Amino acid sequence: MTLTPAELTSAVSGGIGTSPQRPDGNLKVRGEFAYASDLWHEDMIWGATLRSPHPYARIVSIDLTEALKVPGVYAVLTHSDVPGRNLYGLEHKDQPVLAVDVVRYQGEPVALVGADHPETALRAMKKIAVVYDVLDPVVDMETAVDSVPLHPGGNLVRHVPIRRGSQDVQADVVVTGRYEVGMQDQAFLGPESGLAVPASDGSVDLYIATQWLHVDRTQVASALGLPEEKVRLTLSGVGGAFGGREDLSMQVHACLLALHTGKPVKMVYNREESFYGHVHRHPAVLYYEHGADHTGKLVYVRARIYLDGGAYASSTPAVVANAATLGVGPYEVDNVTVDCYGVYTNNPPCGAMRGFGAVQAGFAYESQMDKLAEALGMSPVDVRIRNAMTEGSVMPTGQVVDSAAPVAQLLKLVQDKPLPAGTSSDIRELPGGVSNTTHGEGVVRGVGYAVGIKNICFSEGYDDYSTARVRVSMVNGSLAAAVHTAACEVGQGLVTIMQQIVRTELGIERVTVLPMDTTIGNGGSTSASRQTYVTGGAVKAACAAVRARLNGRVDIGSEVIDETVEWRHRATEALDPVTGQGNAHVQYGFAAHRAVVDVDVELGLVRVVALDCAQDVGRALNPQAVVGQIQGGSAQGLGLAVMEEIQTSGGKVRNPSFTDYLIPTVLDMPPMSIDVLELADPHAPYGIRGVGEPPTISSTPAIVAAIRAATGLALTRVPVRPEHLTGT
Amino acid sequence: MRVNVTVNGEQRQADDVWEGESLLFVLRERLGLPGSKNACEQGECGSCTVYLDDVPVCACLVAAGQAQDRSVRTVEGLASGDQLDPVQEAFVEAGAVQCGFCTPGLVVAAHDLLNRVPSPSDPEIREALAGNLCRCTGYEKILDAVRLAASRR
Repeated sequence: MTLTPAELTSAVSGGIGTSPQRPDGNLKVRGEFAYASDLWHEDMIWGATLRSPHPYARIVSIDLTEALKVPGVYAVLTHSDVPGRNLYGLEHKDQPVLAVDVVRYQGEPVALVGADHPETALRAMKKIAVVYDVLDPVVDMETAVDSVPLHPGGNLVRHVPIRRGSQDVQADVVVTGRYEVGMQDQAFLGPESGLAVPASDGSVDLYIATQWLHVDRTQVASALGLPEEKVRLTLSGVGGAFGGREDLSMQVHACLLALHTGKPVKMVYNREESFYGHVHRHPAVLYYEHGADHTGKLVYVRARIYLDGGAYASSTPAVVANAATLGVGPYEVDNVTVDCYGVYTNNPPCGAMRGFGAVQAGFAYESQMDKLAEALGMSPVDVRIRNAMTEGSVMPTGQVVDSAAPVAQLLKLVQDKPLPAGTSSDIRELPGGVSNTTHGEGVVRGVGYAVGIKNICFSEGYDDYSTARVRVSMVNGSLAAAVHTAACEVGQGLVTIMQQIVRTELGIERVTVLPMDTTIGNGGSTSASRQTYVTGGAVKAACAAVRARLNGRVDIGSEVIDETVEWRHRATEALDPVTGQGNAHVQYGFAAHRAVVDVDVELGLVRVVALDCAQDVGRALNPQAVVGQIQGGSAQGLGLAVMEEIQTSGGKVRNPSFTDYLIPTVLDMPPMSIDVLELADPHAPYGIRGVGEPPTISSTPAIVAAIRAATGLALTRVPVRPEHLTGT
Repeated sequence: MRVNVTVNGEQRQADDVWEGESLLFVLRERLGLPGSKNACEQGECGSCTVYLDDVPVCACLVAAGQAQDRSVRTVEGLASGDQLDPVQEAFVEAGAVQCGFCTPGLVVAAHDLLNRVPSPSDPEIREALAGNLCRCTGYEKILDAVRLAASRR
């Protein structure tokens, strides 16, 4: 029976500021780390999900008769089998566990099958007869609010206005633009998976790959009609997340099947189903107007931003707030007018993905800064430094940035890095690579810069906290510690960081990380670059409580010291609903990129030659992991710049596979030189600043700026496609 | 059907295999070897890379029946007891492992590369690993790991 990763104790020690090996590293390289899709239980059956083929339709009837006759089928369930509330959602409870009388996106779950083999389940699903009355889908985010309402309250999920300074000031130099960002997918490699094991008292255990155990539990219990204590979640191995596991996927479905059949139920999506099974990054349309004086100083920024939330709200309200509050970028601007709208359509639901609203705005405002530089005859770096935010600057929300904001320094760092050698004569290093599409003819080089800003931790007054338990006892004559949280390790290395903190705080080398589960209090979400900050803060605080009881002792005999602490970062405020003013964010993170590209202008092929980054991380608790986050985030930004998009047509996904949805391979990624600044934030544990998201924001616009520099094209949409470059 | 296959040096047998099952499914669900991963099941990501008679293949694209009477070596068969293979060791040390879902396939692909080319150049490493997707690292530390492993052989 394989249920969950074991306790992790490392052979390699090291406190904060060092880079000890991951405690799960050996298991992972040996193929012995138990991911959610590896789970196995005696007597388990397989669950499968029948999904809507239509973006928008009424369900006229569902006939299960023939499906139930398939040998090996244990259950076929619909919405009428959901014992609790059939609606769930992170911010609005608007999404059905199983569709009732309408489907609002292609891929919406309609029915479930439990069977003895995945193939049996697939065959039974084909025998479920659903009659649909197909409706015209709403697919245009700019006109969605005036279209047929898809939900009772209409199609506006949230509008965030920002009003700061003068609303009608004039400027010497004005540049305007309309920008588009395509729908990016998290494309984590470990598909949505889990195992639900029913208990005889009507409760259920769910072993699951997720980003947030407690919010999953609340939603699962509500749908099952069970008290929360009857739904126990344990984190299984998670194969990446990047925001895509914040919402429920198969959690309720597996539990429903398990409770209905009395058998353990395993569900594993394949890649195609994964594309339908989680939310994506919001596609966006952004209108910007920047006004500056002749010296390049910004006078005003005005923006109107549309974010397509798709069929259900997910975290759209928070994404809208981010795009609005971070909408002018890391620049000082006295006069700001922003209106940001998140809307419902019949496109795939969109929610959290690394960068969360700041990515979409970042592409637009950085494109505008380049346009402004050109209009002023300034260099792109100079116009940015001219307006760069510093500590003490005021955000468009009125919030004072009260820790380091080294925007100019980051830009100078990437500017001063050596440039790569000229265009190579080795075809492996040219656009098209070994496809042998060019030997250098038609290839032009460009260099581009960008800088970005991201809020760290949860915002707008959310009670954002984590819970940590640290237990100390004697093992073989020495003190040993165990650390227990519900904060999800999704690959980023939280397990390593927690061990490092305990070693530093308690001076104990042997630190075991206990499995993450709901027997302890909420750890909060693994998102918003917040776990090292918040759960790290909780572990540090729990160590302080333990340390007080240890009182310097190195031998505590048979005593067990066991302390649990709930830890919060400083409070934030709601945004004023009319002016968008308020101290809404906890902390800001900054990164800058310089990209160098070669473009084959005849074929429209791009090769990114170098992608260097400088980022302030406050303090690098684990330098190797910090650089890994920056490189990985930069790679996802490269993907959005030149290849990644879920393409939809009439609400239908055209490319739900890794054959047609491309993510960067090792051939697409250039060498990345990373500069890490450590300017401590006095408000944060150890001075740290969240690391994961900022590099994803500046990577994309830097690459597009480099392609513009190479080609002279306007390029107002990402991803940049070959036809945008060739005009064909 | 019944499938007889040598896996990591052991003769194994799987019964009641449906003819449409892949080698990957049989390894993961019938033989208790879930180390080879199921990231795409369509031959695009390389996370299920195994040796089939010493040639690296995507186990998801091999029908279980095609492995009959042949020899398979999976990521679970690379270490010698507690002693990691140098490629595995280098991946952990270099920070090439984050979520780790791509790691088994990359470890097998890198192991195969170093068997063929003991001191590969960077373009050779990139070409050899081009069929293995990683979403976490941006590949820089994976390149570091392969260089490190090569330097130790």
